[in-house]
Amino acid sequence: MAYYQNIFTQVQVRADAPHPGVPVPGMKRTSWATFSHLLGRIGNAQIGPIYLGYLGTLSLVFGFIAFEIIGLNMWASVNWDPVQFVRQLPWLALEPPKPQYGIKIFPPLSEGGWWLFAGFFLTSSVLLWWWRMYRRARALGLGTHTAWAFLSAIWLYLVLGFIRPLLMGSWSEAVPFGIFPHLDWTAAFSIRYGNLFYNPFHMLSIVFLYGSALLFAMHGATILAVGRFGGEREIEQIIDRGTASERAALFWRWTMGFNATMESIHRWAWWFAVLCPLSGGIGILLTGTVVDNWYLWGVLHGIAPEYPHVFAPVVDPALTTGGAP
Amino acid sequence: MRLAFSLLGIVVATLLTVAMLFTPGWVRPPIISTQTGYRGTGQEQLISAQNKRILEAANALPAPIDPASPSGERATSAYKNVKVLTDLSTDEFNRLMVAITQWVSPDQGCAYCHTDDLADDGIYTKIVARRMIAMTRDINKEWTSHVGDVGVTCYTCHRGQPVPKNVWYENPGARHAGGMAAHNYGFGHPSTSNGTTALPVDPFTPHLLGDDNIRVVGKTALPTTRGASIQQTEQSYSLMMHMSQALGVNCTFCHNSRAFLDWSQSAPQRTAAWNGLQMMREVNAVYLETLKSLYPANRLGPLGDSPKANCGTCHQGVSKPLYGQSMLQDFPELGGKAAR
Repeated sequence: MAYYQNIFTQVQVRADAPHPGVPVPGMKRTSWATFSHLLGRIGNAQIGPIYLGYLGTLSLVFGFIAFEIIGLNMWASVNWDPVQFVRQLPWLALEPPKPQYGIKIFPPLSEGGWWLFAGFFLTSSVLLWWWRMYRRARALGLGTHTAWAFLSAIWLYLVLGFIRPLLMGSWSEAVPFGIFPHLDWTAAFSIRYGNLFYNPFHMLSIVFLYGSALLFAMHGATILAVGRFGGEREIEQIIDRGTASERAALFWRWTMGFNATMESIHRWAWWFAVLCPLSGGIGILLTGTVVDNWYLWGVLHGIAPEYPHVFAPVVDPALTTGGAP
Repeated sequence: MRLAFSLLGIVVATLLTVAMLFTPGWVRPPIISTQTGYRGTGQEQLISAQNKRILEAANALPAPIDPASPSGERATSAYKNVKVLTDLSTDEFNRLMVAITQWVSPDQGCAYCHTDDLADDGIYTKIVARRMIAMTRDINKEWTSHVGDVGVTCYTCHRGQPVPKNVWYENPGARHAGGMAAHNYGFGHPSTSNGTTALPVDPFTPHLLGDDNIRVVGKTALPTTRGASIQQTEQSYSLMMHMSQALGVNCTFCHNSRAFLDWSQSAPQRTAAWNGLQMMREVNAVYLETLKSLYPANRLGPLGDSPKANCGTCHQGVSKPLYGQSMLQDFPELGGKAAR
C-alpha cells in the first residue's frame, strides 16, 4: 500500500471538506470549492475557492468581448459557413488597418476598425487581470513578483500592438489576430526589417528564452531527484549535512563547480523569464523606429561575417535593364 | 479508475497517431539534399526520392516528330489566312500543326480549333492559338534572359491539355460576409497560390499583371524614408511562396536568407527569376489579358478576366521546366535560336 513519505507523492491527500484557505481580514470569502481526482493528478485536487471580484469579472467580460469580435469577424470572413470556419480556423485573421489610415482611431470597421476594438478590449482585459493579480497577492500578504513578471509579458504585447505602431505612425505595423496570421506576420516583419537575428535585443531575448527552459529543466530535475530525501523541505535542511539540500548543491558543484542556492535559483528563474519578453520588447521597439535593416546594421557593427563567394558574381538586373523591381 | 484513465490515454494516443499517419502532406524518406551555397548558409535544396521519380516521369518529353524541310512551297501560298507562321514552308507548317494537336488537343484533334474550312476564324480557340504561337515565338526570341537557349514550346505549358494545368485568375478571395465585417484584404485563407499560408490569396494581380514593387526589405541600416508596409511585405512574401512551390525549391535556391535583399550574396538563379517576373508581366498584359473578349464565360475567372500565366504554368514543380530538356531545337518553327 502507498504510504505518505514526502509531499512529492502521487497519493492524493484529501480532507473531508475543501479548505477555505487562510483567513484574510476585511474580505468576504466565496465558499464554493470541490475536489477533482483528475486535476489532482497534475496539481492540487481541491478546486476553488475562486475569487473573482470586480477586476476579475470585468477582465473576463472585456476578454470575452475581444474574443467575440475576433471570432465573429473570422466567421464572417468565411461567409458564416460553420464547416469552413472550423477547417480554416488556424488561417483565419482579423487584420489591422491598412497603412493609409495611419493611427486614425476610427477607421472603417471593415478595414481595421474591428481590429482596434478587439485590441482595446483585449488590452483592457489583460491590464485588469494584471491589477487583479497584484491585488490578490497583496491581499494574501505576498510579494508581487508574479504581477511584475506578468507585466513583462504585457510590455512585449503592448510594444507589438500599441507602442511601436504609435511611434511608426501606423496601426498597419501591428500584429494581426489569428493563429497562422500572427506567425506569418512575424516572418514578414523579420524580412521587412532585414533579419531580426542581427538585432542584439532579439539575441538577448533568445538567450533568456532558451536559458529559461534550461534553468527550468535543471531546477525541476534537481528537486524531483532529491525528493526521496525530502528535498522539498529545502529551507529546514539547508544548514545540515547529508540532506537533500546538500546533496543537490553538491551534485551541481561536482558537475559544474558552482551551484545556485535554494533561494537564488528562484531569482535566476524569475529574472530569466522576465528578461525574455523585456529584452524582446526593446528589440521590437527599436525595429523600424531607429533601425530599418538589422542585417545592414550588423554589417556596420561588425557582427555579420562575410562568407566566401561560391557563385559567379550576381548584379541586380534592375540596375542594368531598368525593369520594375 | 486508474486503469480506465490509462486505457483512455492509450486509445486517444493510438487514434492521434493513426490520424497523423494518414494526414496528407507527409513526405516519405529518403530525402535527397543538395548543397548549393557556402557551408553554414543553409543554401541547399531538398527533394524526396519519391517526388523526384514522380516529377521525372511527369516531365518526360513527348514522342518526337520527323523534321520538315524549310525549303519548298511556302505555307502562305498553300493556305489562306496565315498570319503568324508566314515564314514557314508548307512541310514545316503541317508538321507544327500536327505537333500542336499532339501537345494541346490530342483528344479533341484539329476540330478543337478548325472547321472544315481551315482558313475560317470562327472558333475562338483558333484566334487564341494564333496569339499563343506569336507569344511563344516572342518569348523564344526576346526573353532569352529567362528561357535561355532551351526556350519554350506549346508543350511546356499545355502538356496535352487544351488549358494548361496551372493558370490563374484575379482572386477577390472566398465569399465573405459584407457590411461592416472585416474583409482583411484577402489575408487569412489557405490556398495553392499562397503556399497554404495566411498570406494574401492573390499575389499575381499586383505583381504578375501589374508591376507593384516586390522589393520590401529596408535598403539602409537606419531609417531614411518610410519603406514598405508589413502588408506589402506579406504580398511579396506570398508571391515568393508561389515561386517556391511552382519551382519545387526553397528560398535559398536564389537567396541567402540572412539578407534576402542582397544581390551579391544571391545565387545566379535569382537573375533568371527576376527576368522571369518581367517576362510574366509582359506575357500577361500583352498576350493573355487581351484575349478576354474572345473567351466564352466558362473560361473566365470570377471577375470576368482571362486565364493568365504564372511561374507554375511552365515550371510545374521543377526549377527548369521539363528538367531543362529543350524541345525548341527540334521545332525551329517556333523561333528562338534555331530560327535566328
